[in-house]
Amino acid sequence: MKRASKIYTALVMVFLFAPIAILLVFSFNDAKSLSVFSGFSLHWYRELFRDDETLKAVRNTLVLAVSAALISTAMGTAAAVGMNRMRNKVLRQTMDSVTNIPMINPDIITGISLMLMFVFVGRLFGAATSLNFGTMLIAHITFCLPYVILQVLPKLQQMDKALPEAAMDLGCTPLRAFFKAELPEIMPGVITGLIMAFTLSLDDFVISYFTSGNGFQTLPIRIYNMTKKTVTPKMYALATIIFFVILTLLLISNLYDEDEVQKRRAARQIRKASKEAKT
Amino acid sequence: MRKIIELKNITKSFDGEVVLDNISLDIYDNEFITLLGPSGCGKTTTLRIIGGFETPDCGDVIFMGEDIKDVPPYKRNVNTVFQRYALFPHLNVFENVAFSLREKKVPKDEIKRKVTEMLSLVALKGFEKRSVTSLSGGQQQRVAIARALVNQPKVLLLDEPLAALDLKLRKDMQVELKNIQKATGITFVFVTHDQEEALSMSDTVVVMSEGRIQQIGTPVDIYNEPTNAFVADFIGESNILDGVMLEDRKVAFAGHVFDCVDAGFAKREPVDVVVRPEDVDIVPEDKGQLQGVVTSVTFLGVHYEIIVDIKGFKWMIQTTDFCDVDEKIGLYIEPDAIHIMKKSEYSGMFGDYSTYSDEMEEIGEVEIGELAEYEEQEAAPAESETEK
Repeated sequence: MKRASKIYTALVMVFLFAPIAILLVFSFNDAKSLSVFSGFSLHWYRELFRDDETLKAVRNTLVLAVSAALISTAMGTAAAVGMNRMRNKVLRQTMDSVTNIPMINPDIITGISLMLMFVFVGRLFGAATSLNFGTMLIAHITFCLPYVILQVLPKLQQMDKALPEAAMDLGCTPLRAFFKAELPEIMPGVITGLIMAFTLSLDDFVISYFTSGNGFQTLPIRIYNMTKKTVTPKMYALATIIFFVILTLLLISNLYDEDEVQKRRAARQIRKASKEAKT
Repeated sequence: MRKIIELKNITKSFDGEVVLDNISLDIYDNEFITLLGPSGCGKTTTLRIIGGFETPDCGDVIFMGEDIKDVPPYKRNVNTVFQRYALFPHLNVFENVAFSLREKKVPKDEIKRKVTEMLSLVALKGFEKRSVTSLSGGQQQRVAIARALVNQPKVLLLDEPLAALDLKLRKDMQVELKNIQKATGITFVFVTHDQEEALSMSDTVVVMSEGRIQQIGTPVDIYNEPTNAFVADFIGESNILDGVMLEDRKVAFAGHVFDCVDAGFAKREPVDVVVRPEDVDIVPEDKGQLQGVVTSVTFLGVHYEIIVDIKGFKWMIQTTDFCDVDEKIGLYIEPDAIHIMKKSEYSGMFGDYSTYSDEMEEIGEVEIGELAEYEEQEAAPAESETEK
């Protein structure tokens, strides 16, 4: 029985990671073949970095992801703070559900609806081509927002509500009280929200595809366009790099959380010990 | 003494529910004043109005002669010790205490001097670099007090600061708080639901219930001269009975006419009578003014708490003499142990110890027996007068 469960786990792992492993291995292949590994080489990586069109797409993607992540984190945090302060329960729950809609909505519907809106508003103002970097940024912020709120809101709810009041009591204006007392407390949530927004924006294809103008290409769209022709191992190299970037971010975010948890645990133990020492 | 804070006709409601109902209160300089009441009585809301965290629906908040109703908390010369301390977890002990000084851009060496001074006042010297989350409850409490006092406020507001501490620590902190208040000369406004705490620490006690102030007075006044059944019941144990004031210094209750020290009531005015459990003497059955049967005995260390059934009303009596259950005893009450109160909306709601018994219905009826005798006596001279 025990052996069976071990085999089962191993199989799951294989199915999960085999594709990535194959991709990784063949990105270092000397030849173009997908069946024969003829020798280790960085040939395709060199090739990749010579492809200006792709590099431009990488730059576009990064600019978009960083802006979308920063803006949605700022907006999402502000929204969470506002929602947390709502006294009316019905209103708060409604807000909560409404902000979750973009998260459960199929990407394709979000993409098409956003595109429609951009074109509609563009026509209204008489613009010839209304889809550009700006519209894509708005689209990306839209689908990142709920994830940021989802990360920040629980941290706010866990926080002692008296903290910002204490800061105000000690001479802070409400805005300063937020930065001095509230923000440090919810920082773990804000950071995780930021990282999530960044990775979501980085690998989004469907919504980007519908809202991108013809002049602005992100990496996923570029890859898609390339696969329409022939797939070169250059793409494996690119995919490998992206995989490792995302993996690193994920690890950082997990470590950050783990760190928090351990700090809390340590504090609890010290408190317990000092209580026992007294009795 | 100088008035430092005046609350005038404050009313406040949340979502249509009245929390404070037209309360007025004067707070004086150097005073240790306690707002005492059960949860939901509005004491914390009163404190938050003084602190600036709530705005009253109507009424004025006067601080040293100025109306501060619309002044935000960060501009008030008042600081608060919050219920769960609300220390900043991301700052160490020193930085927590230094917080308000840093906000005021006080020079660095002065900050260091003042914080060190405050930390030694609350006996936390050497804890500067410690994380506040690593401190015990009592230590966190003291950091919170130091943080609030470093600003040298005119008034310190304390919102049930001792509620989270265990009994022994709480007793120590009570003494310590009182000492700090005396040493600094700052007015303390203290909120608690613990009547013992209120009596032992305060110069003035404000008893609140259902958004209204029931009584303001010194601890001794509040205990000895409660104004109504609520105060009498909330402050300590009391037997509260329905009585009738026959004339000055004569009152009838529990079917017997007692001498008392109260006067100034209308003739035959129905009143509430308070007798504290420790003021009742147990005497042999035939020597007592009242006779009853012991129904339960609880040993509490310093004394026994016994419940005595007298004609269906259950009295609580605290005594050092042991009585057995079902023993018949007599009770004797000194005139000055009887406190007479005017009838109020709280009459009949408190002050009997027959909880869970089905005798609730019978409580409070003034027994006719001796009262009838008194009436006869009273009527007799009148008759003889007419005969003349």
